[in-house]
Amino acid sequence: MDFLFYMGDVFTPINFGLLLLGTVGGLILGATPGLSPTMAVALLIPFTFQLEPQQGLILLGAAYTSTVAGGAVSAILLKIPGAPANIATTLDGHTMAAKGEGAKALQLSFLASAVGGLFGVFLLIFLTPVLAQWALAFGPSHLFWLAILGVTVIGTLDSSSVVKGLLSGCIGLWLATIGFDDIMGAQRFIFHPAVSGGINVIPALIGLFAIPQVITMLTKGRTRSGAEVITVKRHPIRLAFVEVIRRKTALTIGTITGSIIGLIPGVGGQIAGLVAYDQSKKFSKESEKFGTGHSEGVIAAESANNAMVGPSLVPLLTLSIPGSPTAAVLLGGLLIHGIFPGPDLFMNYPQVAWTFIDSMLIGQILMCIFGLYIAGLAASVARVPHAVMAAIVLGLAVFGSYSVQNSMGDVYVMASLGLGMYFLERFGFSAAPLVLGLILGPIAEANFIQGSMIANATVGQATYFFTGWLNWFLILIVLASVSYSIWMEIAQRRYTTKDDAVAKEEALS
Amino acid sequence: MTDLPRNQHIVASGIIAAVGVTVAYISFTQEPADAFIFPRLISSVFAVLAIWTFGKAILGRTKVGNGISGEAMRNMLPGLIVMVVYIFWAAKGLGFYTATTIAFFIMLSLYDPAPHNALKTWAKRIAITAGFMLVMYGLFAQLLNVFTPREVFF
Repeated sequence: MDFLFYMGDVFTPINFGLLLLGTVGGLILGATPGLSPTMAVALLIPFTFQLEPQQGLILLGAAYTSTVAGGAVSAILLKIPGAPANIATTLDGHTMAAKGEGAKALQLSFLASAVGGLFGVFLLIFLTPVLAQWALAFGPSHLFWLAILGVTVIGTLDSSSVVKGLLSGCIGLWLATIGFDDIMGAQRFIFHPAVSGGINVIPALIGLFAIPQVITMLTKGRTRSGAEVITVKRHPIRLAFVEVIRRKTALTIGTITGSIIGLIPGVGGQIAGLVAYDQSKKFSKESEKFGTGHSEGVIAAESANNAMVGPSLVPLLTLSIPGSPTAAVLLGGLLIHGIFPGPDLFMNYPQVAWTFIDSMLIGQILMCIFGLYIAGLAASVARVPHAVMAAIVLGLAVFGSYSVQNSMGDVYVMASLGLGMYFLERFGFSAAPLVLGLILGPIAEANFIQGSMIANATVGQATYFFTGWLNWFLILIVLASVSYSIWMEIAQRRYTTKDDAVAKEEALS
Repeated sequence: MTDLPRNQHIVASGIIAAVGVTVAYISFTQEPADAFIFPRLISSVFAVLAIWTFGKAILGRTKVGNGISGEAMRNMLPGLIVMVVYIFWAAKGLGFYTATTIAFFIMLSLYDPAPHNALKTWAKRIAITAGFMLVMYGLFAQLLNVFTPREVFF
């Protein structure tokens, strides 16, 4: 029950103030189409430099939690998902709003988000120490395979094409090798002075997530969003509580589906919401009402995409393997404060780890309370013209990446990677595996080298890396994820037509 | 899949294949070899997958990625030029705040759907730019103490 011991730290004036700031800011950012949770967290990292580690993490964690929930506002009131995680919410949420039940849809969405989110954070609280103990047994070979697993699973499950997903992961792993080699001190792939010290993760993350969005906004030209904000009529919150309790099947399915999906590295929130929506429809006694403004659709989708948040951090906090792009950004936030997550995080930095987790717990409740009150404001912000949003994000990206080390080189790296990523995305490549490759590359290499040294002095490389049940278990998961994705592609269940591809890419952009 | 922009895919995957092969070549030829063990491992897979993707693009079997339409290119090009000039030259040459003010205002003027012949909209753009710069100055110069390159005007 360590989490209770550190609960008081969340309520110190600065910590609680940052939690409030992150929650309210995250709700507004989340409601803004085009600002994904990952990008919002990446842009916030430079603002945490001056803060204590736990304060920085509280701000980032609150922003992560509430951007996911805030996306529901624009999904419901504008029919534009604020983030990919809110795609499923649009299906019934906007129809409810169009029928004059906008307030009810928003209330249901935030209440379901809070229930799912709280369950997810409790899972994080109780699962993390257990897994951390287990992770202490991991040696270099296991950590090497785990890093490869992180890149492969995201590469195969998060991308529309297995080969392009894996290729994105390889590009990320290669980018991670640029700079000086840690062991020999040799120069590797230094083709410009800006990368002589290697590629700094924070500017890279800002570039990879922010710049493609800026360019995407520019491609729309001189157009207004065209979306009309539906005005909402008052709806008693008590009735929304009753409705959520009455729809417990959808809530349970959403919460459990989201939690399980969150634990699997690489499977994003949009999948959690859509799978939960689909499963709720199958188990519902009123399945024919789904898509016509049915409350179960909103409850299932929103409880799932917030239930995913807590579990998605389990691999990061226990094994230092980020399970999602946002977790990768949070890892960047930890690293700049000199904290390397892993099995001993809870022994070396218990206050930082538990205060962060506790703040996510309290953040879920704050998100629910504030979400209901600022939904109207958030929807108005969502109508800010693309031109203004693109210019703001570009300015923040430039200043943010410069402030990491006061270096123009970081700004050039940010811009180059961002421009490159935009074009890669247009040709079916994905940022998530590339980011994971960039983050996990040094972990994979360090453990590969360390493992090779141990192997050369003992049993030999093949035996060291390819024997033992844990090595085999991890290798089998890598192979299974690749095989599954290939099978899915062959079975023509993926996005094999241009319309499917366009629909997916438009939804994600 | 026949109607995706095949030529664009060939060019894009060709560039990636060229990068992949170059990275593999450098990894296998550079010394000291011990420093390149991991890059060799990665670059081998990188090169194979990149060539595979290039082959698929040539055969017209690319299934994902819509490429860039002419309209999207025309829309983004002015903004892209402003962005590149701002980041790669003006930010250092003119100073961060000066360059950002100019780039922000140009971007707003280029892409704002409001009419260009009304004085009110220009005043609004100037006000938005000034407001944004005030926030940026407050956040980065005052709150975070970030020392940016010397400004051309002050």
